[in-house]
Amino acid sequence: MANLIEIKEVSKIYRRDSIETPVLTGINLSVGNGEFLALMGPSGSGKTTLLNLIAGIDKPTGGEIIVGGTDIARLSESALAKWRSSNIGFIFQFYNLIPVLTAYENVELPLLLTKLSKQERKQHVEAALNIVGLAERMNYYPKQLSGGQEQRVAIARAIVTDPLILIADEPTGDLDKNSAEEIMTLMQRLNSEFKKTIVLVTHDAHTASRAKTLRHLEKGDLLPADGQAA
Amino acid sequence: MKVLKLIFKNSFRHKLRTFLTILGIGVAVMAFGLLRTVVNAFGSGVRASSADRLVTRDAVTFINPLPLSYFNQIKQVPGVKQVTYMNWFGGTYIDQSHFFARYAVDPNTFFSVYPEYEIGKKAFAEFQSQPNSCIVGSALAQRYNFKAGDVITINGDIYPGTWEFQVAGIYKPEFKSTDAMSMFLNWNYLNEEVKQTFPGRADEVGWYVEQIANGANPGEVSKEIDALFANSPAETKTESERQFQQGFLASAGAIISAMNYVSFVIVGIIMLVLANTMIMSARERTREYAVLKAIGFSGRHLVGMILGESLLVSLLGGILGIFLTYPLVNSFASFSNFLGAELSVQSITLITAFTAVVFVGIAAAIFPIQRAMNTRIADGIRFVG
Ligand SMILES: Nc1ncnc2c1ncn2[C@@H]1O[C@H](COP(=O)(O)OP(=O)(O)OP(=O)(O)O)[C@@H](O)[C@H]1O
Ligand SMILES: [Mg+2]
Repeated sequence: MANLIEIKEVSKIYRRDSIETPVLTGINLSVGNGEFLALMGPSGSGKTTLLNLIAGIDKPTGGEIIVGGTDIARLSESALAKWRSSNIGFIFQFYNLIPVLTAYENVELPLLLTKLSKQERKQHVEAALNIVGLAERMNYYPKQLSGGQEQRVAIARAIVTDPLILIADEPTGDLDKNSAEEIMTLMQRLNSEFKKTIVLVTHDAHTASRAKTLRHLEKGDLLPADGQAA
Repeated sequence: MKVLKLIFKNSFRHKLRTFLTILGIGVAVMAFGLLRTVVNAFGSGVRASSADRLVTRDAVTFINPLPLSYFNQIKQVPGVKQVTYMNWFGGTYIDQSHFFARYAVDPNTFFSVYPEYEIGKKAFAEFQSQPNSCIVGSALAQRYNFKAGDVITINGDIYPGTWEFQVAGIYKPEFKSTDAMSMFLNWNYLNEEVKQTFPGRADEVGWYVEQIANGANPGEVSKEIDALFANSPAETKTESERQFQQGFLASAGAIISAMNYVSFVIVGIIMLVLANTMIMSARERTREYAVLKAIGFSGRHLVGMILGESLLVSLLGGILGIFLTYPLVNSFASFSNFLGAELSVQSITLITAFTAVVFVGIAAAIFPIQRAMNTRIADGIRFVG
């Protein structure tokens, strides 16, 4: 099976004025279709940076990032935006819902960029909210929801366009233990039942243990795959 | 469209802040509206002046009268079609705060030299035949509820005594810019009274107004009139009505240009008020905008959202301001009785205010748009306000 994500010799150097901060140095990583990969590593090791490169919201200084056969590092900004909207679902540590929109409207946002009719959008939004178990809260505003519920709305927003890949940067980082468990159960289900390929970053070993594969990032370098590799 | 809803919801995210911004813009637009109205009112006398009328006054000062005998001489000057004359009557109606202009005019010639003051046949006949009658402007009549037959009592100052004038009729202004706040009384009646009380001041005219014939050169006609009275005890100065008005305005010129200047400073203030709000909002939403971009929203979408919000707030402020301008101008007009002219909000003022508000809405969005566009998604998502 061809790998869905193929990262070859990727490096990333942040430049601000004349100061250069090398963050990633020659990373090689393959993620197969349907995989659930957890990235761990100390703070500042470059996890978010790597995740952003895979998601196409940042560009590498060198190397290739091939996702589904497309070298996304070579796409123009607008082509990349289009590519993201149909291929990537984002889940953030701080949910990042729009506070003035209801749960329903937040989930609907990505669909506004599609040609779907209002009725079709409604079906998709309700299906996504059903999967995360919040259909009955669809008219709530973010501040009327608990942190765990907000994150589930954010997950519904991430899956509503039915993307290939879910990108999650510390999705449980701001949640209590129980909510974190629920979120990880949901993520596992999205992986097994809905066949989403998931790349997740976490600090927490327990969270990481729910993934199929675990990789460690240390000072911009990916450590060799450990025994948990699928 | 869904995006409109988001723009609307975004605008009222901080209700108090948005409300204060709208109020701030509204008050500024209101001040702008009042200033422009006053500036326009100053100018409207000049615009209302007719190009084919000349004014002849004493060469030294406007206050010195001219002899009535000049009338027949001026009438003979080639190029002069009609002549009329008038005096400033002055006096007080009720008290100083109820100011309007009062002129004693020649009942036979005045209304044909000034066709823009339209009166009916009956009123005109009565004005000519009834010595103590008067004609009042429609705006003046409306303000004091004057009707034909009413008696208006004026306390004289230039012409001392208590004067009673009976309203013969009401004149209508032909154009919007025509003054509708004046009172015209019968010069012959005034002259007869003066003969009795101050014989020395009889047969004196404040100034003459000539209507020139089609095709006549105003400059040359003026010269010929003034030449008639050169080296006489009362030399004259004749100029076009427009020059005459402008000369009168020149003294007020510094004030007008200051008001002009301030009215545009106000536009700058509106811009700062709105730009401040917009910059705060955009900063708070750095992360949201980055998330929207990550999801696939384009720069165009963000431009639309930010510009839409800025325009919505500026337009709401503008509309509020325009609505507030009317009562402000009316109350200003009622206690200051400005120049005797009807002070009203002109459409040019509304258009200028509206244009300024749209301009401000766009300008205030530029910096936030730039910021939203230039923030890299990855940095925006990391951003902690
Ligand atoms: N825009 C930037 N400009 C300069 N340096 C940056 C920028 N973004 C990140 N860095 C640096 O890159 C390094 C890696 O950052 P990154 O956010 O990828 O780490 P991380 O592994 O996700 O850390 P954490 O676990 O704290 O989230 C850090 O040293 C950080 O300071
Ligand atoms: Mg990170």
